[in-house]
Amino acid sequence: MGRERETPKEQQQVSYTVEQLVAVNPYNPDILPDLENYVNEQVSLQTYSLDANLCLLRLYQFEPERMSTQIVARILVKALMAMPAPDFSLCLFLIPERVQMEEQFKTLIVLSHYLETGRFRQFWDEAAKSRHIVEAVPGFEQAIQAYAIHVLSLTYQKIPRPVLAEAINIEGLSLDKFLEHQAANGGWILEKGHGRGQLIVLPQNEFNHPELKKSAADSVPLEHITRIFPILG
Amino acid sequence: MASNYEYEEASATYDDAHRQDLGYDPNFVPDSVKSFVVHLYRHIREKNVYEIHQMYEFSFQTLSDRLFKEAPWPSVDAVAHYVDNDQVFCLLYREMWFRHLYARLSPTLKQRIDSWDNYCSLFQVVLHRAVNMQLPNQWLWDMVDEFVYQFQSFCQYRAKMKNKTEQEIALLRQYDQAWNVYGVLNYLQAFVEKSNIIQILEQEKEGLEQFTANDGYDYSGGSNVLKVLGYFSMVGLLRVHCLLGDYQTGLKCLLPIDISQQGVYTSVIGSHITTIYHYGFANLMLRRYVEAIREFNKMLLYIYKTKQYHQKSPQYEQILKKNEQMYALLAICLSLCPQVKLVEDTVNSQLREKYGEKMARMQRYDDEAFGLYDELFSYACPKFITPSAPSFEEPLVNYNQDAYRLQLKLFLYEVKQQQLLSGVRTFLKVYSTISLGKLANYMEVDEPTLRTILLTYKHKTHAVDSDGKIISNADVDFYIDDDMIHVVECKPVKRYSDYFLRQIVKLEGVINDMDRIKLD
Repeated sequence: MGRERETPKEQQQVSYTVEQLVAVNPYNPDILPDLENYVNEQVSLQTYSLDANLCLLRLYQFEPERMSTQIVARILVKALMAMPAPDFSLCLFLIPERVQMEEQFKTLIVLSHYLETGRFRQFWDEAAKSRHIVEAVPGFEQAIQAYAIHVLSLTYQKIPRPVLAEAINIEGLSLDKFLEHQAANGGWILEKGHGRGQLIVLPQNEFNHPELKKSAADSVPLEHITRIFPILG
Repeated sequence: MASNYEYEEASATYDDAHRQDLGYDPNFVPDSVKSFVVHLYRHIREKNVYEIHQMYEFSFQTLSDRLFKEAPWPSVDAVAHYVDNDQVFCLLYREMWFRHLYARLSPTLKQRIDSWDNYCSLFQVVLHRAVNMQLPNQWLWDMVDEFVYQFQSFCQYRAKMKNKTEQEIALLRQYDQAWNVYGVLNYLQAFVEKSNIIQILEQEKEGLEQFTANDGYDYSGGSNVLKVLGYFSMVGLLRVHCLLGDYQTGLKCLLPIDISQQGVYTSVIGSHITTIYHYGFANLMLRRYVEAIREFNKMLLYIYKTKQYHQKSPQYEQILKKNEQMYALLAICLSLCPQVKLVEDTVNSQLREKYGEKMARMQRYDDEAFGLYDELFSYACPKFITPSAPSFEEPLVNYNQDAYRLQLKLFLYEVKQQQLLSGVRTFLKVYSTISLGKLANYMEVDEPTLRTILLTYKHKTHAVDSDGKIISNADVDFYIDDDMIHVVECKPVKRYSDYFLRQIVKLEGVINDMDRIKLD
């Protein structure tokens, strides 16, 4: 397509068309440039489309000489931001081993490893050393912080302040502000812990409060029941 | 059941056997073959699906075993004049001809390319002309299945560049479109689209279509070929995407088929197994272990109960092989996600017999364990392919293992990340509450490390399902209150609703059948 300057409205139209392409005509080498543009668009507009990115990685697999490692790196960063979804692994399955050996990809794989194993301190240390990779994608920090909070919410009813601080890489006054905001809007409660400083009470969910677990697992979709309506009479 | 077809089953004469020894004469047509094509042609014209099926599944096998054990069938040119030179029949005959060749002999590069051409011609006809045939589902499934198989075989063949002759390299360069990945995927996609199968399945849910109820056959005078090929192509797409390592898209392609129900995919045992095998494998790679366990369990139980009926079938060996592979995959899933209560007793006892000891060792997560994960994965995984064209520059290398090595490496990487979880699980099963300090002591790690291990446990046991929701895989769970761990025993999620629904429908069927019996 090769449009250079686009107003936000036109950009919306381009992404709609790209999604359509991926749905209707995905096995088509001609859409490769569109998909590459779309990756860049996802980065700048802070949107995300796993299907489109997988489609592009497939095309790179079919024609390795057309692969752009820069685009692949951007796709991987976006996938990291999608955690806890396994998107990062899904992308790696499609990237040849020799490409994964390159420095920037080794770094991204290490970052993913830290996140997958809850090693947030090591993650933020490593991310600080690789600013050029992660700062290229706006929204990265917030996305990882959201993931950290997600895992913490699965695990803790009450979490000590230092543990939280380390996980989301916010300290001091910024952390105070952050906590205030979450208390006001996110249902967090700030308590005084015994001797060791603040305790943060995270919102209740079925994972950190097992009594909230509904037996939704045995629920039946309506369409299955409709099959037996004629029998039930 | 008396067979109704009237052609003479001529026993192989000395001449026939003699000719095999002398070498293959493509123009020699034994009488039994002449009879076979004449009758098959007639049955197809008369839309006699039952007869077609008998001839396709059994007569073809019998003749192959008797006359063509190690030789190809007569060439299509030799039989064409017996069947009015009918273009479509010739394409169908050739498709069977190549399938037989692949099964009994080793195809040459030229034959591989010719087979591709034949598929292109056959598919073009089905896609662009209104064919007026009804073919048995078994045959239509075999076409799609064989198409994907020959593609996979070609990629494996092409990736072994090291010992290729000058001739072969020249042919590969010349016919670079043959078995091109774009071509393969686009044909499958074209079948799905042109047949409108997705809309048909949607409309069926609202009672506006009768596809599954008729097993895909068309009782209003039309043809089932395009529709059923479209349907099976969805399974074909799932398979191709798994071979490429794109599990997410593979599952997406299968989405229109509801695997919690019977459907056309269960009407052919080969299609049923292929669907569930790849569905389960994709879910395993997506870390949706519970889903994989559920489906493997159902499939393995089904095979256990029904395999005796397929003993004489040409697919029997394949059924057994896939059965073993699924047990291996089930062993892997259960080692990573111990939810044994999801497995039926029969399947469980088979599993213990085959892999009980290995599973115990796998859960130790030491070096030996990783070796076992490697072994089982390598045995059970699909034959991954590298879809891109080879490099013709010296030195020529073999890269046919690259795709497999990558998938194995990433799988073992995931297993490694779950290494410490088994230890946590053991402790959690013993305590109802325990302080972080104490547990850290027992596990011989410091407290911050324990916190990360517990976070890993939570993350790995709470997968993201296809709708983006979080679902827990954990058999034993916990939450932390400041520095105190509270353990929660999880009840296994056994789905009774599906079972009851199935039994209700089944009973209704039995009652209806009984009503139809007229007692004199």
